[in-house]
Amino acid sequence: MHEQIGWKVGGKQGEGIDSTGDIYAIALHRMGYYVFSYRHFMSLIKGGHTNYKIRAANRIVRHHGDTTHVLIAFDQTTVDYNWHEMVDGGVVIYDSTSFTATKPDDANVNLCGVPLTEIAKECGNPIMKNMVAIGVSAAINKFNPDDFIPVVQDKFGKKGQAVVDANMDALRRGYAYFNENFNISFPAPPVPERAEGDDHLYVSGNSSVGFGALAGGCRLLAAYPITPATEIMYWVIEHLPKHGGVVLQAEDEIAAVNMAIGANFTGVRAMTSTSGPGFSLMMEALGLAGMSETPLVIVDVQRSGPSTGLPTKTEQSDLNEAIYGTHGEIQRIVLTPKTVEECFLLTAEAFNLAETYQCPVIVLTDLYMGMSYQSIDKFPVAAVEHRRGKLITEQELKDLGVYEYHRYNPEVKDGISPRSIPGQKNGRYVALGNEHNGIGIEVEDLETRTSQVAKRQRKLANFQHFTGVSVDGDSDAPLALIGFGSTWGVLEEAREELEEQGIKVKHIHFSRVFPFPETEFHAAMESVTQGLVVELNTTGQLTELIHKSAGYHGVLEKCLKYDGDPIGLSEIVSAAKKTFKVGVHS
Amino acid sequence: MATIQDFKTEKPTWCPGCGDFGVLNAMQKACVNLGIEPENVAVASGIGCSGKMSQHMGGYGLHALHGRSLPNAQAIKLANDKLTVFAAGGDGDGFGIGMGHFIHAMRRNIDITYIVMDNHIYGLTTGQASPTTEVGMKTKTSPKGAVEQPIAPVQLALAQNCGFIAQGFSGNIKQLTSLIEKAIQHKGFSFVNVFSPCVTFNKVNTYDFYKSHLVNLDEDESYDAHDRILAMRRVAEANNIVVGLIYEDPERASFESTLPGFPETPLVEEDLSISEEGYEEILATFR
Repeated sequence: MHEQIGWKVGGKQGEGIDSTGDIYAIALHRMGYYVFSYRHFMSLIKGGHTNYKIRAANRIVRHHGDTTHVLIAFDQTTVDYNWHEMVDGGVVIYDSTSFTATKPDDANVNLCGVPLTEIAKECGNPIMKNMVAIGVSAAINKFNPDDFIPVVQDKFGKKGQAVVDANMDALRRGYAYFNENFNISFPAPPVPERAEGDDHLYVSGNSSVGFGALAGGCRLLAAYPITPATEIMYWVIEHLPKHGGVVLQAEDEIAAVNMAIGANFTGVRAMTSTSGPGFSLMMEALGLAGMSETPLVIVDVQRSGPSTGLPTKTEQSDLNEAIYGTHGEIQRIVLTPKTVEECFLLTAEAFNLAETYQCPVIVLTDLYMGMSYQSIDKFPVAAVEHRRGKLITEQELKDLGVYEYHRYNPEVKDGISPRSIPGQKNGRYVALGNEHNGIGIEVEDLETRTSQVAKRQRKLANFQHFTGVSVDGDSDAPLALIGFGSTWGVLEEAREELEEQGIKVKHIHFSRVFPFPETEFHAAMESVTQGLVVELNTTGQLTELIHKSAGYHGVLEKCLKYDGDPIGLSEIVSAAKKTFKVGVHS
Repeated sequence: MATIQDFKTEKPTWCPGCGDFGVLNAMQKACVNLGIEPENVAVASGIGCSGKMSQHMGGYGLHALHGRSLPNAQAIKLANDKLTVFAAGGDGDGFGIGMGHFIHAMRRNIDITYIVMDNHIYGLTTGQASPTTEVGMKTKTSPKGAVEQPIAPVQLALAQNCGFIAQGFSGNIKQLTSLIEKAIQHKGFSFVNVFSPCVTFNKVNTYDFYKSHLVNLDEDESYDAHDRILAMRRVAEANNIVVGLIYEDPERASFESTLPGFPETPLVEEDLSISEEGYEEILATFR
C-alpha cells in the first residue's frame, strides 16, 4: 500500500491532455484525497509536448512530487521525456493503436500497450481515448469505476446523457481491458479522514488570489491577458459582478495599472494582475502611486524572464523589480504568499495595507503557485478584515472650510495624512506625480521637496505586520533552509526528509520581503550557523536582499534553479546535504 | 448652485495669451451652466502645459502620467458615476504617447469627456514637433521642416465611430462652452478637440490663422451632425480646420449601460463585505 500515488498523462498539445488530467484530478479530490496537480505546457496551441502530473496522497501535499507510478503516453516523446522520474516497476500505458513505445534497456519500467484509440472507436468516438486511459488508470490504482460517474456527469452533462454514457462506457472498457490483460497495480492509499469542521477544496493560487481580492473588498479589476496571470481575471469575471464589481479588459498593462490608480483615487479598492512583461510596463505608474500616495494593489504572477522569456514556465526572478522597480524612490510593500491559503489572505490584506499606508502593494506569486491546483482543508475566511486607513470625514472638512484641507500635510508625525474622496465638499486636491505642496499643487522649492520626501519616507519607518518570516521545524537547529513564496511546500518536505535522516534543520520562509522583516529574521537565525537559500532565479535575489538588509555574509549558500521547471524535492535534499556537508551520515 | 468663483484656484502658470486659458474658462463655465458642483468634478490630466488643467480646474484632480489620463479618467467614472469626469491633455500627450488609449476609449465608450488642447507643438519642453505639427513646419526637432503627416484627430474619431465629436477654438469661448456642455451631457465617451494656440512656440497656427481659416459648422444650416459620412466629407474638405459639433450618435449605448451586471450602486458606495451565502456560493465552486 502506497502513501501516495504519482500519475502523469502526456502527449501533444491540443490532444486533450488537460481535460484528461482535470477529470482524474477532480475525481481523486472528490473521493477525498489530497491532490496536487501541475501542468507542464508550452506557448503554442497544437503540437509540442505537454504533460499533466497528479500527486494524490492521504495527507495534505504542497507540491507535485518527484516520482511517477503511472504514465499515460499518447506518443513516444512522452515516454522519452518522463520515464526517468518513474518509480522502479512503474507502469507506462501507451496507446498501442498509434505506436509501439520503446524505453532505454536499463529503465526498470513496465511498458503496457493498450489500444486506447481502438477501444474509444468501439465506443463511438476516437476522442474518448482519454476516458479509456482514465479507466486503465482506475484499474491500476484500484478505484471503482463508479467513483468517476459524478465527475463525468459534470464534465459532459451539458452535452446530454448519451455523451455521459458513452464516456463512462469508454472508461469501463479501459478498466476491463487492463484487468484482463495485465496484472500490475499501484493501489491508492485509504481515503484520509476529514477533521471536524474542515472543508475539502480544490484551488489554484490564481483562483485564491481572485477570491482574496473579492473578499478584501476589491471592486474593480483592470487587467490585460497574460500567461500565467489570466486565470485571475477569469475567476474575477465570474464572481466579482455578483458582488457589485466591475472587470475591465484594458488595451495594455499601462492602461490597466492606471485604471486601478484612477479607481483607488476615487475611493474604490482596485487592482491589476499581470506577469513579468506586463509588470515591467507598469513601472512608471508604480511611481505615480507612490508619489501621489494613492493606494494600489498589483499582483505579479512571475514567469521565466527576462523579456518574453519562457511564458509557460515558472521562476522567482521579479523580486528585485518588485522591491526596486520604478525610477526615483518610493515606498512600497511586497508580499510573497507561501501557500494558496496565503494567496487568499494576503491579497485581501494587500488592500488594507495599500489604504493604510497609501502606497503600492505588490503581491508576488509565480506560475507554479498560480496555475497548480491543490486540495486544501479551508480558506482563512474569518481572518479577512477591512481597514480603510486614514480618511477625512465630512464634518472635519466642513469645519476646515474651503481650500483649507491639506491632503499632503507634511507635518503629520507618521507621514500618513488623511485622504479625501472625490465628491466630498471642501476636500478638493490634486493627486499628482509631480513633487507638490500640501494641497497638491506642483512646486519645486527645496524646503517643500525635502519635507514631502521625508513625509513619504516616514510612512513605513516602523512597519509592523503579521506577514514576515515563518519558522518550521526545530527552533534550535543550526542549519536552515530559507526561501520565499511558492517554494514553501517543497522546502517543508525537504526539511522533513532531512530530519528523518537525522539532520537538524529548520525552515525559514518569507511571506513578505519588503519592508524586510529584519527583527523576525534575526530571531529566526539566532541558532543558525549555516543556511541554504533556495530560490528560482539566476543571481540569488533573496540572498542579496538578506545580505543587504541583515548581513549573514559567509553564513548563506545558494541553491538556484532557473531552467523553468519548479524545483523538486530531491534537488533540494541533495543540495542541502552537499552544502551542510552531511552527505555521509554516521 | 456653484458660481465661476467656486471653481477658481491659484493663478495658472501658462504664458499670457495661451489658448489653454480659454479652454479652462470654457470648462468651468460649462460646469457652472449645468449646475455641477466643483467637488463633483474630477479631471485627470497628462503631462505638458495642458496637463496642468487638473490643478487649475477647481475640482478633484489627478495629474497623472504622460499620455495616461484616459485610463485614469475611465476608471474614475466607473468607480463613481455621480462624478462629472474629464480627461484633459495636449496633442503630444493624447495623439503621441497616449494614442492607443484614445482609440480604445472611443471603442469602450465610458461616459467621460476628453478635452484635447491641440496646439500642434510640444510647448512645455520648449518647441519640438508634435503629432499634429503640419508638414514643413520648422521646430527644434524638425529644423528643416516636419516631414511626417500630421494626425487628423477628428477624422480618426469619425473612423472609430466615436459617439460624440466636437472641435472648438480657444478664441471662441462662447461656442467652446456650449460644445463642452453638450459633451458633458452626452451619455458616453465624448471628444472635444480644441485649437488652442501656443503663442510662444508656434508662430504658424496662431489666433489670426484660425480666425481667417476656420469653417464653423454650427452656423451651417445644411450640416447634419448625425450623418457620419457627411461629417467625414466636410471635415476632409476643410482639411480638418472646422469647428462646431461635428458628429453625435445619441443612441450609442455606453459601456456602463451595456456591460452585463454593471452595478446600479456606484462602486464607491458598495459594501466591502460578502454575505455568508455569498461565501458559501463561492466555496461550493471549489469542491
